Amino acid sequence: MLRFKCPVCGLRDETEFDYGGDATVVRPATAETAFEPWYDYVFLRDNPRGPHREFWHHSRGCRQWVVVERDTLSHDIGDVVLARDAVKENRS
Amino acid sequence: MTHYSALSLVAKAFSGHRSWSRAWRDPVPKPAYDIVIVGGGGHGLATAYYLAKEHGLRNVAVIEKGWLGGGNTGRNTTIVRSNYMMPGNTMFYERSLRLWEQLSQDLNFNQMVSQRGQFNLCHSPASLDAARRRGNVMRANGIDAELFSREEVMRRLPYLDYSDDARFPIIGSLFQPRAGTVRHDAVAWGYARGADALGVDIIQQCEVTGFILERGAVVGVETSKGPIRAKKVGTAVSGHTGYLAAKVGLRLPLETHVLQAFVTEPLRPMIDSVISYAAAHFYISQSDKGDLVLGGDLDGYNTYAQRGGLPLVEHTFASAKALIPSISRLRLMRQWGGVMDMTMDGSPIICKSPVDGFYINGGWCYGGFKATPASGYCFAWTLAKDEPHPDNAEFTLDRFRNGYQIDEKGMGPTPNAH
Repeated sequence: MLRFKCPVCGLRDETEFDYGGDATVVRPATAETAFEPWYDYVFLRDNPRGPHREFWHHSRGCRQWVVVERDTLSHDIGDVVLARDAVKENRS
Repeated sequence: MTHYSALSLVAKAFSGHRSWSRAWRDPVPKPAYDIVIVGGGGHGLATAYYLAKEHGLRNVAVIEKGWLGGGNTGRNTTIVRSNYMMPGNTMFYERSLRLWEQLSQDLNFNQMVSQRGQFNLCHSPASLDAARRRGNVMRANGIDAELFSREEVMRRLPYLDYSDDARFPIIGSLFQPRAGTVRHDAVAWGYARGADALGVDIIQQCEVTGFILERGAVVGVETSKGPIRAKKVGTAVSGHTGYLAAKVGLRLPLETHVLQAFVTEPLRPMIDSVISYAAAHFYISQSDKGDLVLGGDLDGYNTYAQRGGLPLVEHTFASAKALIPSISRLRLMRQWGGVMDMTMDGSPIICKSPVDGFYINGGWCYGGFKATPASGYCFAWTLAKDEPHPDNAEFTLDRFRNGYQIDEKGMGPTPNAH
């Protein structure tokens, strides 16, 4: 059982969350018309063996999206932050 | 190599079975080969076998970081079937099933192929319609399929829950009579023995740590036993395709996920076919030892750890109990996890990569075991001729770029949903 420290609810079980995939993938701007950025966004993943930043949705809790740092080999869990804060960081 | 037969068994019995020769050699790697296959599981060993047998390419090495069949060849639920309906998949998996049917004779190694039939249960009129369509596609391609009513399923599988309070009602089933199970370890051992006899070097306990690149092309591998050069390098490494491809600068349309499987304590003969419980994504069969072999869904998050979490254990056994209430008190003997490439459309990749000299056999999602013979056959063809066999022509990397995904489940680019 993975357990995440939700910034809103505290330490909660994996079963309250839904997985949202790689959080380092950035959606291109809507005005982007080139093929490659959209192909990258939809299909390609780094798929690292080790540290991974990923989205989880606390769907059976506070319903917030969070970004979790988790190691895909050891399942060690690092920082958990609200996704909206992480996205602000990405943009800045 | 000793030919295996009833006669050789009797003859060796007189010497107390102490004079059997090794099934394959344990060679020191040569400095260079024509082709190096990374990964000594079923797919890699089958590729080497067909390279030698079909194409006369015998200067080939299979490099395995652990032991033969220690990865996903030994971590599946041993089911074989060919009930696919998307162009590109259908005849590939049927080729595989036809190769399974001949494999024991071909390899002179008992694969214990048991064509006990597979039920795909339907739980709603819509799912029965979808099963009818799938069955018709199969039959139009010369593949066996039958559609059973609820009454026929009740007659054949009397121990399922048909009561009014069953979690999902069973209203019928698609059935493939030629589907069944195969002894998974025998697949690795049989192909290894066959490839070795044709001159292939099988090198175990040798991890590939990188690739030798010259002018942008792969010309060999760096290993824990030193560099080995090769004109062509093919990967057949299950969930580690992306990890190795990253070493030559490729990003792939896939994620690595874990799937768990389980065996219970042994029972008297009870389940004489393979049963898939579509509503819960659960499947069960009974091994020759009597234990029930069962599996469920992915854990659902990216992982390279060959173990799963308890939530999926609970889900799988809740499914088991909902389908077959009488097994609710069985004890679990073993649990294991295998990691696999989950592609963006749920279908595999067997092709030449954009990097010269680097060939990919991966993206098997959780359908890799049944594909083993055809995967080896088609990958060998691709490596030998630098072009795909008609049966793997659609399994390219380009299909994602060109909009020709083979999405059997219609899930879109969400790897954990396939």
